[in-house]
Amino acid sequence: MSSLAANSIILYLLVAVALVMLGLYGLLVLKDPIRRLIAINIMGSGTFLTMIAFARRQDPPDPILHALVVTGLVVAISATAFALRLILAARESREAAASGSTEAEDE
Amino acid sequence: MTVELLPDLVLCVLLLVVAWSALFASTRRDAMALFVAFGMIVALVWARLGAPDLALAEAAIGAGLTGVLLLRAARKLPVSSARRFDYRRHLGALTFIVVAVSGFAVSIILPSPADITANNIDSPVAAAMSDSGVSHQVTAVLLNFRAWDTFLELLVLLFAITGLRQLFPIEKESLEPARTWQLLVSWTRTLVPLLLLVGGYLLWRGSSGPGGAFQAGALLAAGCVMLRITGMLPPLHWSSFAVRGSVCAGTLLFLCTAVLTHSLGAGWLDYPEAHAGTLILMIETLATLSIAIILTLLVAGERKDLCS
Repeated sequence: MSSLAANSIILYLLVAVALVMLGLYGLLVLKDPIRRLIAINIMGSGTFLTMIAFARRQDPPDPILHALVVTGLVVAISATAFALRLILAARESREAAASGSTEAEDE
Repeated sequence: MTVELLPDLVLCVLLLVVAWSALFASTRRDAMALFVAFGMIVALVWARLGAPDLALAEAAIGAGLTGVLLLRAARKLPVSSARRFDYRRHLGALTFIVVAVSGFAVSIILPSPADITANNIDSPVAAAMSDSGVSHQVTAVLLNFRAWDTFLELLVLLFAITGLRQLFPIEKESLEPARTWQLLVSWTRTLVPLLLLVGGYLLWRGSSGPGGAFQAGALLAAGCVMLRITGMLPPLHWSSFAVRGSVCAGTLLFLCTAVLTHSLGAGWLDYPEAHAGTLILMIETLATLSIAIILTLLVAGERKDLCS
């Protein structure tokens, strides 16, 4: 495996910082729960990218960081699934509370 | 030098542009589609950074399963209302972010490029590979040296599925579509056998190359989700022993191994050297089964699957 130039690694680290900032910005500014969830996931990708870019400093990349990120990916999707279910449940309980006044609210 | 940098630059620009548009697309549907595209580009970045294990997992989980998850949930939510642009909110958010992240950015920019790549320390993993039982470093870390992480991660999946089940009683009867798109059905018939084959191969291959329980589990889950969505697979009733058993199988085998190695062997999850390879393969097989079933339930689980 050819080793990656130091400049590329710095580039990826900067992009990782940019992704975290972008996700944080979206999280603070957006109102739609699904978009907020996407923002959190983008922040997560930024974190993973930092770890993998650091792992690439050695020539065979550091397997410990790779293993941590594989674990992180699975945890991220289970958290996303749980958060989506929470969003739906919150939405439904709000609907149930307001069902007396407005019945047909779906799209 | 600059020519070498070109593919990285293209990937980075794509990544940032798609991430921006996934957040601020005009409709929520576009945002979700772009987020799936973002997952694909991230998978390419992992491949470029020499992490094929991650590229496989990201392509299956980040781009595939997350997309299905979001699209299915958004079906039940109302269309998002138009956004009002409030300058003070945006300025406040920007200042907060710049202050919060600047420390990290500076610590990356300040040292010279030579400093960043200078510490070529010999990894302790490479030195310990001979008694790990497998020949692929990432698999060795996941299932031997840091098996605790994988064990706890299976527990996280169990927690997620338990939490999901608690939230169902609020929901009314789900709106399962009566019609399925014919093209989706025929694609599913073609793709699912292939997914099974590739999943099995990745599981077997994991001991010597990129692949392993997570990637195989995610691929199998993708197959199950497709079958479940098109209605070709009947609901996975939670009450059936087979479903519960396969959800818990990976964690239980891990726990048994931990207890046995603690009482008979060297310590918690410290495998005997002679049997390490067999043990890892057994744990990986059951973990694949558990991960596949749990991810299927997390992504495509309806009331019928989880509460009956």
